[in-house]
Amino acid sequence: MIDIEVPRNPAKVGTNPGDPLPRLEGHVSHGRFEQVLRAGQFAVTTEIAPPDSADPTEVLRRASLFDGYVDAINATDGSGAHCHMSSLAVCAILTRAGYSPILQVSCRDRNRISIQGDTLGAAALGVCSVLCLSGDDVGAGDHPEAKPVFDLDSISLAQTIKIMRDDSQFLSGRKLDLAPRMMIGSSINPFVPPIANRADQLAKKIDSGAEFIQSQYCFDIPMLKDFMAKARDLGLTEKAYIIIGAGVLPSAKTATWMRSNVPGVHIPDELVRRLEQSEKPKLEGRKICAEIMQQVKEIDGVAGVHVMAYRQEKWVGDVVKCSGVLGDRKPWAPEQSFANIAAIT
Amino acid sequence: MSYRVRLFAVKHSRFFERLYHSVNPAIVGTLRGVNKVFGKKLDRPITAMESGLKGFLFDCKMCGNCALSKTGMSCPMNCPKTIRNGPCGGVRADGMCEVKPEMKCVWVQAWDGAARMKFGDDIKDIEFAIDHRDQGKSTWLRIARGEIAEKVSDRH
Ligand code: SF4
Repeated sequence: MIDIEVPRNPAKVGTNPGDPLPRLEGHVSHGRFEQVLRAGQFAVTTEIAPPDSADPTEVLRRASLFDGYVDAINATDGSGAHCHMSSLAVCAILTRAGYSPILQVSCRDRNRISIQGDTLGAAALGVCSVLCLSGDDVGAGDHPEAKPVFDLDSISLAQTIKIMRDDSQFLSGRKLDLAPRMMIGSSINPFVPPIANRADQLAKKIDSGAEFIQSQYCFDIPMLKDFMAKARDLGLTEKAYIIIGAGVLPSAKTATWMRSNVPGVHIPDELVRRLEQSEKPKLEGRKICAEIMQQVKEIDGVAGVHVMAYRQEKWVGDVVKCSGVLGDRKPWAPEQSFANIAAIT
Repeated sequence: MSYRVRLFAVKHSRFFERLYHSVNPAIVGTLRGVNKVFGKKLDRPITAMESGLKGFLFDCKMCGNCALSKTGMSCPMNCPKTIRNGPCGGVRADGMCEVKPEMKCVWVQAWDGAARMKFGDDIKDIEFAIDHRDQGKSTWLRIARGEIAEKVSDRH
């Protein structure tokens, strides 16, 4: 038998997938993201756009844009039903550099056999958080001719991962040798029908195992307040960390396009008008995002914000700084910055 | 046509719930007897009957794990993503489906129908990942044979 020596460098704890952070008491994962949430800090997460490329440095370059401003990075899984580098691969590259990625799993492309295998694989690669999604329909993407899977839905998916983690077994009942230690997340969209039942839907998601929630874009604070009031009444804010989505809109035109083409996006007319009337719509869009983040933070029961700035990722740091939601806290960033890679390309 | 009947059924979910609770035990009881005498010999006509009736009323897709009484009488298998714990986050502002804009979201319908039902709260229960091998089977027969529990609310 070959004796493989696993290097263990205490100074670098957390940067090696095989050598993760110690799991704290009462925590379900080894992840830094869970530590931030459970410590009661206001968390900031964002989304990385996976490249249309097999180049790992491109992933690190894109992640480095967020250094020092976010607590976790969602790696999207074929979002909008478009092909990109897989979420699992992006996460694996990110954990190697010490980042806290959130694996996104959509039910559109894989059945329960594949998803459970990937869950084990992700955990082995140091991924500590997973977001369960149903996924956009294939018709929305660049391969509308593909066969949609939808073997599970987002709720039975969360339940499946919870069974793997807490009961240490597959859905079939077959035992696992080592359970995947992952914090389970789900999404919610309080801004589209059935509005009256969205809090009930949230309750179902929490019942199915969700410990953190990331919402769809919020551009409508009064609507969010109504939703959060219902969530509080049902005691849901005590049971899960609710993170609200905030978006950066570059122009009135994009906003109008998103409203009619991206499923589930609700943008009030006043906001579109505000962008229309602005002389610097890009700057205005960032201001709007920062304002929304501030307002969201004031709402009782909100645990953080999720900044989505598609094609405007380089502004995420700015928006977070402007909003001041982090206070004087600086989220973890790798010592060795990959910003130099950014400078070359 | 069947789409309109389906909407009608959800609109009158309370009535159909009552009908279900009064008729279902009789159907299952009869089938239990039939099963004892005939075994599997009559499976095909019985399945066809269920499919015809529920197909006409609810656009039933014969998933073999009927959840109608828990989903406001709106069959979740008509959701293009076959979500059994819905809706998804893509519902349009006017309540129409993300994937099929000409169809009302099956799950907006479901929550709406459930709100009118006596045991509508059953919609809050989580549906476990479905067994796809049951596709095409008769739920009635499966209940009669004790393969699945009768989906009558425990909130009675
Ligand atoms: S909008 Fe409703 S019917 Fe359409 S895919 Fe989503 S949940 Fe299913």
